[in-house]
Amino acid sequence: MTMTLDSRQLPPDAAADAPAPSVRPSTWRLVRANGAVRLGATALTVLAVVAVAAPWLGTVDPAAIDPASINLAPGTHAPFTDLSGASADHFFLMGADGFGRDTWSRVAYGARISLFVGFAVAVLAVLGGGLIGLLAGYFRRLDGVLMRLMDGFMAIPNILLAIALVSMFRASLWTIVLAITLPEIPRVARLLRSIVLSVREEPYVEAAIALNTPTWKVLWRHVLPNAVAPLIVHATYVCGSAMLVEAILSFLGIGLSPEIPTWGNIMSEGRVNFNEHPQHVLFPGAFLALTVLAVNILGDGLRDTLDPKLRRRGD
Amino acid sequence: MAAFILRRLLSTLPVLLFVAVFVFLILRLAPGDPAALIVGDMGTEADIARVRQSLGLEGPLPAQFLHWVGELLRGNLGESYYFKTGVTELIAQRLEPTLSLAAFTIVLAVLIAVPLGVIAAARHGGWLDRALMGFSVLGFSVPVFVIGYALIWVFSLHLGWLPVQGYSRLSNGVGPWLSQLVLPALTLSLVYTALIARVTRAAVSEALTEDHVRTARAKGLAERAVLMRHALANAAVPIVTVIGIGIALLIGGVVVTETVFAIPGLGQLTVDAVLSRDFPVIQGVILLFSVVYVLINLLIDLSYVLLDPRIRY
Repeated sequence: MTMTLDSRQLPPDAAADAPAPSVRPSTWRLVRANGAVRLGATALTVLAVVAVAAPWLGTVDPAAIDPASINLAPGTHAPFTDLSGASADHFFLMGADGFGRDTWSRVAYGARISLFVGFAVAVLAVLGGGLIGLLAGYFRRLDGVLMRLMDGFMAIPNILLAIALVSMFRASLWTIVLAITLPEIPRVARLLRSIVLSVREEPYVEAAIALNTPTWKVLWRHVLPNAVAPLIVHATYVCGSAMLVEAILSFLGIGLSPEIPTWGNIMSEGRVNFNEHPQHVLFPGAFLALTVLAVNILGDGLRDTLDPKLRRRGD
Repeated sequence: MAAFILRRLLSTLPVLLFVAVFVFLILRLAPGDPAALIVGDMGTEADIARVRQSLGLEGPLPAQFLHWVGELLRGNLGESYYFKTGVTELIAQRLEPTLSLAAFTIVLAVLIAVPLGVIAAARHGGWLDRALMGFSVLGFSVPVFVIGYALIWVFSLHLGWLPVQGYSRLSNGVGPWLSQLVLPALTLSLVYTALIARVTRAAVSEALTEDHVRTARAKGLAERAVLMRHALANAAVPIVTVIGIGIALLIGGVVVTETVFAIPGLGQLTVDAVLSRDFPVIQGVILLFSVVYVLINLLIDLSYVLLDPRIRY
């Protein structure tokens, strides 16, 4: 995807009037130099490595049960014997839970679900909401219907809408992703619609239309490049909030089944024995909080560098 | 003015209609026949047919919808599959804890957030300002239940100052009611406080750059009066708006907080209903929360006229 305006498309004076394209190579240099972006991106990279390399990071099968290790304290060296009788020396970094499963293994594998859900929801919400916002902003006849529909969805509080959707369909990774994506779509649609509404009156868009440019090309070449920066920033925040909502659904016991460890359902199972063994809630909770914090710091850094207008308004 | 109020009232109708259609469809689109679920394993075909009839499950979907809305307007939200009692009564029983928690949280959040935001705006770039911005990023990132358990761990398990979990009805005395509500309200208010403080800071900062503030300072008005009468008063609209929008956040948070602190309110009712696939209860709770959210924001829109004399519709 090219993100630069094609100046050959424009008459000379319109090209001079056109605002600079929102994402340019020099902007990326600015982004890379930003401290918040570096901090957030580094933390997320480390976490992604943990998620991918989980099998080689001193973990055992996260679903394996060792009755002898039930509620073992964090930092214990002990043999891990699963139900088939296979035994190996193991270091219980975060102890073992009420079923005798290694908590560190569950937390490390749980990172996979959080990262996947955050990323998938951000991408799908931007695609879905972006398409609706683009249509509503550019084709005035669709505007009323589409935006009233979006208003309707926004009237149902996010988490309740996700809960309702999950309750209707059996919880699987994709139904969870869709249930979290749907409530996010109206906000993306509104954002893109407002950008389209302001850009469509620009002289270079009028010029492109006057030159008989096909509509898809006007949208792709002249309208969408203006939306790239705000959409990237917004997608980051959607990613963070999606991780939180996934954890909330799992924590409430209506997310993925406990056979697939997620930070939310580790905490959900751990809370039964919270008074005696708070580590089963506090370890995954700390991972979740730090991950979302990293995503939000990354988002703030991107906002400051990519979207200076937003910074002035929101800050 | 009256025309504006009328127009604003009418504009909520399509939103409420959408919510009603969506909530109606939850039950119809969910797998399984509601009549068979109510009758249970021992029921005969005739029983199922009778229940279908009484629930208004016969006929085309639009007719079913009208029947359902008709019952709704008479206050009949249907019958719980699990408790076998009316959903309206179930909700009424669970209202007090949830209302107490929500009201306590809103009061706490506004009392903490607005002064913090004003001070941060007055000392732009100072240590409190930076601390507040850091705290608000943290508030948006740490999930409600992690905050809840961390507070229980510190204040109940280690220090022993407050009860761990549970709820005490207001009729049992204000003391126990308050001491049981402090931790959940503190938990729930954190993200809400972060949101309101951030917006207060931004709105007051902006108001402070306006000409009338410079005039007020030039004529020698005390900084305190400048902040309160000139800056904060002019920042009221965005602050009140975000309090209204934040209600959505609060409602989501109530469901989680009630689970963490074992408070028998609407949030716990929702979670139990989802776990037992008790669709009439899910419908009732979502309808109630959404309508409350829409109406609060309607009231806030109408309050702009009082807050900002420049607004004349």
